[in-house]
Amino acid sequence: MPTELVATREPPGTSAAELESPEDRAGRLRRARAWRRRRSKFWTYAGLIAGAVIVLFPVYVLVVDSLLQPLQLLHDPPAFLPTHPAYHNFSDAITKYGFGHDLFNSAVQTGIIVGAQLVTSVLAAYAFVFLRFPLRRTLFLVVLGTIMIPFEITVAVNTTTVVDLNWEGTFLGLTAPFLATGFGIFLIRQAFLQIPKDLREAALIDGYGPMRFLWRIAIPLARPVLAALAVFSFLGAWNQYLWPAIQANYNPGLKTATIGIASLAQSSATAGTYLAASIMSLAPLVLLLIFFRKNLIRSLTAGAVK
Amino acid sequence: MTTPAAPTRVVADAATTTAAQRRRMSRRVSRTKEAGLAYLMLLPALAVFGVFTFFPFIENFDLAAHTKGPYPSSPNPYVGTSQFFDVIRSSAFLDSLRSTAIFVAIAVPLGLFLGLALAVFANQKLRGTAFFQIVFSSTAITSVAVAAVVFETILDPRSGLMQWLGVHTAPGIQLSPGWALYAIAGISAWQFMGFSFIIMIAGLQSLPEEVIEAARMDGAGSWRVFWRVIVPLMSPTIFFGGVVGTIVALQSFGAIDIIIGNTNTTFTHTNVLINYIYDLIVYNRQFGVAACVAIALFLITLLVTVAQFRVLEKRVHYAN
Repeated sequence: MPTELVATREPPGTSAAELESPEDRAGRLRRARAWRRRRSKFWTYAGLIAGAVIVLFPVYVLVVDSLLQPLQLLHDPPAFLPTHPAYHNFSDAITKYGFGHDLFNSAVQTGIIVGAQLVTSVLAAYAFVFLRFPLRRTLFLVVLGTIMIPFEITVAVNTTTVVDLNWEGTFLGLTAPFLATGFGIFLIRQAFLQIPKDLREAALIDGYGPMRFLWRIAIPLARPVLAALAVFSFLGAWNQYLWPAIQANYNPGLKTATIGIASLAQSSATAGTYLAASIMSLAPLVLLLIFFRKNLIRSLTAGAVK
Repeated sequence: MTTPAAPTRVVADAATTTAAQRRRMSRRVSRTKEAGLAYLMLLPALAVFGVFTFFPFIENFDLAAHTKGPYPSSPNPYVGTSQFFDVIRSSAFLDSLRSTAIFVAIAVPLGLFLGLALAVFANQKLRGTAFFQIVFSSTAITSVAVAAVVFETILDPRSGLMQWLGVHTAPGIQLSPGWALYAIAGISAWQFMGFSFIIMIAGLQSLPEEVIEAARMDGAGSWRVFWRVIVPLMSPTIFFGGVVGTIVALQSFGAIDIIIGNTNTTFTHTNVLINYIYDLIVYNRQFGVAACVAIALFLITLLVTVAQFRVLEKRVHYAN
């Protein structure tokens, strides 16, 4: 925040305040205002830069250290620039430690979860908004109830359920608990509620069936919110840790990128290698932040600002 | 029935009875069809919730009431609620609860404060703030695994940058039960800062600008404007961030698993509840005990959520 450390000190040239003419006074006030503005600008930039250092310093370490030679990593004082960039850290992570396979697993897992969440959320939201059926309100409360039940209370039983179904250590087991989301249904429902009732009636009169209305009108109109949900569930799925860790215990071949980084960090791989792996796992998320920032913000703030 | 028009209507009705009945019947058919379609569309989501949310939620209580052995064929004796009360009084659980409380009490307020402070800076109409906004949001997208390995590098006692800055991290975080938990809470605060920033700047942008301007016109300094005007006006957003942050922090376990693991001396000091549950499931296969800890964690989460609703209610009163 722009602090006011020198809050009450007067700007220079004001000691003869009683003797000044009205013109002088106006000029003094203008100068004082300009001075205050400049000072607050200074503190704002100071804060912005301090914040950027806090945020970017670890990123800087990540990038530099991923390019260091193994011996440079152990050097004291630490190397601040990759003088002999070790690009092989990236290829090592892929070829020597199979990180490419982990990235592939993450892509499949995330693709399944995002696709399934979009489909199940759109279908359920459509039913809640456009169709009339018994128990509609009750079932909607059931859906909202799922938001209240945190995953950790279900994780022990889900582990045994997945084993009972013989899905442990498979993509099915890895993704099954996340194929639907109460938050997603709620988000899409809010978007569908914005669609005017007249539009639906007009579509029905024109002979649109429910599916055609959903596909041709409801989905296109709700596209920004669908994108918000897609970005949100991409982020959640890609960064998952607890459940993939449990599933990878049944089948190390199912390691996702996050679990791959964790096991690289605990293996004999050099820091350069697992930091290079970290950068590769961050790449899709950085693209997401750059191209879908608005959608991401929309989903993250869905409950925050009314 | 006394109006002259009535008889004609009766006649007309009689004449079209079959048509009306047919229409009514077809409407009933279409309504049944509509309900059928609705249930069909809800089925995928409800099936997932049924199997992976509601069934385990209920089953978890059953699990907590048995002391199942580590193998599928082990006996599964019923012990009722005694296991739950034994667990929540055990020193392992109380240690874990204490670590969790410390972790949340550092990570959440720190992340909230940094997020709000950065949002206040980045919300000014100055050149370059768009860039800073992207930078400040960016920690929200980093995975816990990446944050963990990067900070592990920074904290490395041999060549880490903290060492170079004069902060001695020897003999390393894994062997330093004194500060390991605080360091991990700091890492979580760094990660949480991005989310916090995003909701705070959205909140700031929805504030009435006149109020802040008026305070400035009255000669309040920036520091006072921040504490006396912005913070109170932002309290619903801060509170929302606090609740979401607490729920996320209660479930955050990746950094601890990666940096500390479960084999060295620091483990018992950083064994937060979710880590404890994972350890019980994966390494000890004590599903009954894990279920008891999960219930305790759920009750804590519930308490936080209820607190949210109570404060939000108050806020509504305040606004009126």
